[in-house]
Amino acid sequence: MPEQFLWAMEVMLNGLMAGVLYALVALGFVLIFKASGVFNYAQGVMALFAAMTLVGLQKGQVPFAHLINTIFGTDVHKFGWELAPWLAILLTAGVMVLFAWLVQRFILQHLVNQPDIILFMATIGLAYFMEGFADLMWGADIKTLDIGLPQGVNAWIDETTFNLFGYGFFIDNLDIAATIVAALLVVALVLFSQYTKQGRAMRAVADDHQAALSVGISLRFIWVMVWSVAGFVALVAGIMWGAKSGVQFSLSLIALKALPVLMLGGFTSIPGAIVGGLIIGVGEKLFEFLVGPYIGGATENWFAYVLALIFLVFRPQGLFGEKIIERV
Amino acid sequence: MIYREAGDFKTSYREDSQTFPIKLDRRAYWTLMVVAFAVVPFVINDYWANAVLLPFLIYAIAALGLNILTGYAGQVSLGTGGFMAVGAYAAYKLMTAFPDVPILFHVLIAGAITALVGMAFGLPSLRIKGFYLAVATLAAQFFLVWLFNKVPWFFNYSASGMINAPERTMFGAAITGPEASAPARYLFCLILTVALAWIARNLTRGSVGRKWMAIRDMDIAAEIIGVNPLTAKLSAFAVSSFFIGVAGALLFAVYLGAVEVGEAFGIQKSFLILFMIIIGGLGSIFGSFAGAAFMVLMPVLLKNVLVDGFGWATDLAAHFQFMIVGALIIVFLVFEPHGLAQLWRLAKEKLRLWPFPH
Amino acid sequence: MTDMNAESYVTEDGRTIGGVIMEMKNITLRFGGVTAIQDISFDIREGEIRAIIGPNGAGKSSMLNVISGFYVPQEGEVWFRGRRRAKMRPYQVARQGIARTFQNIALFEGMSVLDNVMTGRLTRMKTGLAAQALWFGRAEREEIEHREKVEKIIDFLEIQAIRKTPVGRLPYGLKKRVELARALAAEPALLLLDEPMAGMNVEEKEDMSRFILDVNDEFGTTICLIEHDMGVVMDLSDRVVVMDYGRKIGDGTPDEVRNNQAVIDAYLGVAHD
Repeated sequence: MPEQFLWAMEVMLNGLMAGVLYALVALGFVLIFKASGVFNYAQGVMALFAAMTLVGLQKGQVPFAHLINTIFGTDVHKFGWELAPWLAILLTAGVMVLFAWLVQRFILQHLVNQPDIILFMATIGLAYFMEGFADLMWGADIKTLDIGLPQGVNAWIDETTFNLFGYGFFIDNLDIAATIVAALLVVALVLFSQYTKQGRAMRAVADDHQAALSVGISLRFIWVMVWSVAGFVALVAGIMWGAKSGVQFSLSLIALKALPVLMLGGFTSIPGAIVGGLIIGVGEKLFEFLVGPYIGGATENWFAYVLALIFLVFRPQGLFGEKIIERV
Repeated sequence: MIYREAGDFKTSYREDSQTFPIKLDRRAYWTLMVVAFAVVPFVINDYWANAVLLPFLIYAIAALGLNILTGYAGQVSLGTGGFMAVGAYAAYKLMTAFPDVPILFHVLIAGAITALVGMAFGLPSLRIKGFYLAVATLAAQFFLVWLFNKVPWFFNYSASGMINAPERTMFGAAITGPEASAPARYLFCLILTVALAWIARNLTRGSVGRKWMAIRDMDIAAEIIGVNPLTAKLSAFAVSSFFIGVAGALLFAVYLGAVEVGEAFGIQKSFLILFMIIIGGLGSIFGSFAGAAFMVLMPVLLKNVLVDGFGWATDLAAHFQFMIVGALIIVFLVFEPHGLAQLWRLAKEKLRLWPFPH
Repeated sequence: MTDMNAESYVTEDGRTIGGVIMEMKNITLRFGGVTAIQDISFDIREGEIRAIIGPNGAGKSSMLNVISGFYVPQEGEVWFRGRRRAKMRPYQVARQGIARTFQNIALFEGMSVLDNVMTGRLTRMKTGLAAQALWFGRAEREEIEHREKVEKIIDFLEIQAIRKTPVGRLPYGLKKRVELARALAAEPALLLLDEPMAGMNVEEKEDMSRFILDVNDEFGTTICLIEHDMGVVMDLSDRVVVMDYGRKIGDGTPDEVRNNQAVIDAYLGVAHD
């Protein structure tokens, strides 16, 4: 087999892995959008915040240490304990639920029935607030996240492919773990929304707020629940990304890539988010591999957006979205 | 009863549609103009020019531009930083290619070039609406910044990848370059800001402005009563991008002097301008100025109080700045979507009735 | 008895009804598998008040949307002022002189009443971007010229006092009137009214009826209106088209329609087989 083709294969596989992570963040968007009609720009910052909180809790950091030390002239940094990863994850999930409640209480409740675009801009404000808050709480330095996920090149794949093609594929163990976790999460979410009472209520709200209210579904509860679930999805995405490239500000920007993913997949479709994520993941890696060298590289910065833009011009509702019929 | 409109009758439609219908407002406006043109240039120093006045004037132009597109025509754009970069790089190429032409022309032509680029990226707005469009404009943002970063022709193959503004003049006075004096730079920006604000006001009070607002409020109805959505949206993109391009050119050439594209015109800049118009007031000329003033002054104030006053670290102050801006955006959207401009109007309304509120 | 087949005739209350201004020929409109309008033909004559009535879901609004160019029918021809309409965007239809109001009020909520009515003049305002940017001169003259026309309509519909009020703050009945003002400001050759009396109380209905009659009488505007309240329509209109399930089941003067068996069945609910 020609070498070029094998390289492209490897690039594609890596793209698929990255795509799974995009899909994961995009899933958080879809959940919130379906249930509350909010296009949550802050989803990326939520992932960052969750990852920072996880690291902080796990390492026993004192929250707001910098601020406290500045005001009171103290010198506190750590509580001096280290939490087990599962406990830290559980606590962080709790924090995300609290966060969901606060968002519902202080933002969503006041913006019911506002135009979508106002809600969207409010979540940009939320993203800014959280970014400052997260940095204030845990410090802005780059943190390493380690909850014991497997790292490094998968030796088995390397060997097998080498024996088959004479060229060993480099696939990161972490990516494989992320793919498995993401797949499990997606299955769990689908089961949840299809087969539980809360899931049904959630879909009812997504369909029609008024009608859902009239049959006795509590909007507030559903919103808190949905934002909690989205917070949990953000936590998982934050863990995967944080473990891969450190917990830092850029994490919230990588998450921005979920936006073109959604534009491809349609804002209301869970399968759309997954397929869109994979297309973007593979597309941008392949484009960078094939075309990038000729035009200066770093095309990953914009490829996803431009692809989504071109795609949308021809199919405004996305791959899986419903056709928009305009009425007067 | 000092601030009032009683007895200030309008006897023609022309008087009725003037910019400041209340006599006292007109006086305040002209006083402000006299101070800005005849007093400030004599007292301005480098600190005031660089910390407050220049960024205020330049960002006010950008905010006016984005407000035309978002506040008046209802098309949300997150590509402002990218379009400012087009203005800056166009100005740079023009300044180096035609060194003898007065700087004003460089800046205006840079604005015109940005208008063309803006229209090209505005084309999808015919099919894509709302936040779909907002996300689509991110394509412009990321692609343009990448372009100016990767194609050496744009920065004249300089080793650092940065662009530096050479000295260019207007009526013999240096406006750009290290020798330019604070009053000259200030006056140059002031004239452009005032002229562009006047144009923005004219466009938004006439039929073009009504077309934009009709598209914003209900695009389908607008088309059915005879507004061509293509020309309405594209004209909004063109005018808006012209303003933003001029702002980008001024930011680079007059204010910063040297620019690295990702740093000066990244996505953060897009948000900064968007926040200015949300806080200042969507669909308001005055709001564009108020928002620009607020976003320029707040960091200066925070730095003065927290860092210089309390001796805090600068990064702490920066975290607070993020939180304050974010919280304010939410507060304004929740309680006063028309921003500072509306608060100002309400205050005036109260003042009009004072001291007899009922 | 007047001869209604003549080129033009004079009604009992002294208005002159001219020749055919708009003709719909064999219009069929489908949405996917649903047929909203099936093979309907009728015409509208200059100066008359033409009504389209029918029970809910009869396809009346779809028909109005076809006339105003918002929907393009799969089959059939639309003739306006002796010319067949080619494929046209709604704004081009508006520029031909067809204005309309909407069932669920479609005013521009962020603008004042005056600005809303001024948008009705947009098809007639011609100054370019550059002239507007400079304002003084052409743009200002044009603005004032059109403002004068608009003020006449504002007087006519008795909404002077709310000129500068943001439309969002107005009660329902007034909004309907502002919408009528916006449509009138275009000085249309054909005015389409989509359920102008929907959701109004008796008093407001009377007001609205008076305005419709006055508009027709004073400006000679041809009006085509949709209603599902039979009573009002019968008093207002010169001729009536009755629709049911996307088909035309009656066409004629109010009296003819009232005595039409198919119409009675549709309204009283005879079982369809």
